[in-house]
Amino acid sequence: MTAFVDFRNVWLAYNDELLAAGVFAVEDISLQMGEGEFIAIVGPSGCGKSTFMKLTTGLKMPSKGSIHIGGAPVTGPLKISGMAFQAPSLLPWRTTLDNVLLPLEIVEPYRSNFKSRRKDYEAKARELLRSVGLAGYEDQFPWQLSGGMQQRASICRALVHEPKMLLLDEPFGALDAFTREELWCILRDLQAAQKFNVILVTHDLRESVFLADTVYVMSKSPGRFVVTRQIDLPRPRDLEITYTPQFTDIVHELRGHIGAIRHNPGKTGVAVPQ
Amino acid sequence: MKITRRMERWSPLVVLGAVLLLWQAVVVLFDIPEFIFPSPLQIAREFGAYAGPLLDAAWKTFWVTMLGFALSIVVGVLLGFLIGSSRLAYTALYPLMVAFNAVPKAAVVPILVVWFGIGLGPGVLTAFLISFFPITVNIATGLATLEPELEDVLRVLGARRWDVLVKVGLPRSMPYFYGSLKIAITLAFVGTVLAEMTAGDSGIGYLMQTAGSQQRMALAFAGLVTIGAMAMAMYELFSWIEKRTTGWAHRGSQGH
Repeated sequence: MTAFVDFRNVWLAYNDELLAAGVFAVEDISLQMGEGEFIAIVGPSGCGKSTFMKLTTGLKMPSKGSIHIGGAPVTGPLKISGMAFQAPSLLPWRTTLDNVLLPLEIVEPYRSNFKSRRKDYEAKARELLRSVGLAGYEDQFPWQLSGGMQQRASICRALVHEPKMLLLDEPFGALDAFTREELWCILRDLQAAQKFNVILVTHDLRESVFLADTVYVMSKSPGRFVVTRQIDLPRPRDLEITYTPQFTDIVHELRGHIGAIRHNPGKTGVAVPQ
Repeated sequence: MKITRRMERWSPLVVLGAVLLLWQAVVVLFDIPEFIFPSPLQIAREFGAYAGPLLDAAWKTFWVTMLGFALSIVVGVLLGFLIGSSRLAYTALYPLMVAFNAVPKAAVVPILVVWFGIGLGPGVLTAFLISFFPITVNIATGLATLEPELEDVLRVLGARRWDVLVKVGLPRSMPYFYGSLKIAITLAFVGTVLAEMTAGDSGIGYLMQTAGSQQRMALAFAGLVTIGAMAMAMYELFSWIEKRTTGWAHRGSQGH
């Protein structure tokens, strides 16, 4: 079986000077992700998690190594992906519904028949918004919604063109603990229903263990994967599971790895003036 | 004391009235002669006596200003578009534009007169030259401050630069644009009057220049008031359009 997302020894330097100096944002990344798998990448700030996202979506090309997605090498922006970030970045002059429809105005094949099939697409977007609990808010403007609601709308925007791959960069980082857990469940249900691949970048270990099938722990400078942990908790998972010893053990174990990274910085650690 | 909506609405008129009263009182109290500093009543009298010529001059100044202003919107938006969407254009053009903007426009008018003669040309061009810069800077700022995440979201979907500009960049820079129009329109009036005073043969600037040289200070002041009123009216017009079209950007707590 070939993996859906296949990273083989991928290195990335942001520009030629950095490449010549041997400074890489991510080093020697290898990862195989099956169809419909949910993976989480955790690590300290600035460890190259967001760089990894840019590589996966084809916004950046690797300096060394190869990336195959869906069996084909990545050569440019990958339209089968949807993205959402920590900031919802909705457009304030569009209603929530129109914000969710934005990708359809841009990506093919929706783009060419957007005007004629607008009614269908609107119905589809409304349905999606309803499924995340935003029924009745479609015609409100984003600034009339709470932070959690904006983030839900942002996730809807990432999903409206039915991407095969959803990339989330710390999507719940700015939310309060209760709203965050609520959104975990929403994401869990959406993924269970639609079976898209998810790559979740986060620094919340509980979040990664609760949601993902596989957790990759990334180290900081150099950014590389140091631990891969299968999460074999049964699905569907209930929030209650986060209070079981089994769950806490995994979180604790991962925490141990992060701690180890922090105490033993890599070979290219920050130079200390003598 | 509670500040009501009604008080807020009438406050500009109250302030205006108070200033006029104080002005009148100072002139009467210190017995200042009219040819040095006319009182509001004397100015009002000139308005009555010279209503025809003042209106003529105001109309002339108004449409010269509008021509220059229209020109500065077109050029300002295009330049702003260019330097806001391309780093190279920004780096290449910005220093030159700043230098150009710092040149006192009063010094440019005589040159324009040599090129275009006395009449419309210098007025329109001075109004344009003095007012396009804020428009350019604001459009460019609106375009250049796009959230990178949002750009990523769209680029992944295969959005072209043009898509990003039209769907996000331009709507986003609209509040900046209207803000700049309000600055630019007042500057445009300054430009026109400047040209009329230095090298005009008609318009409010010319009228003020003539009145001043004949020591008819009340008439010169009447000209000033006319300019102020026109600029204020245009400013309000743009504020109104702004509120109607970019209400999403004005959702503060001040109850607009």
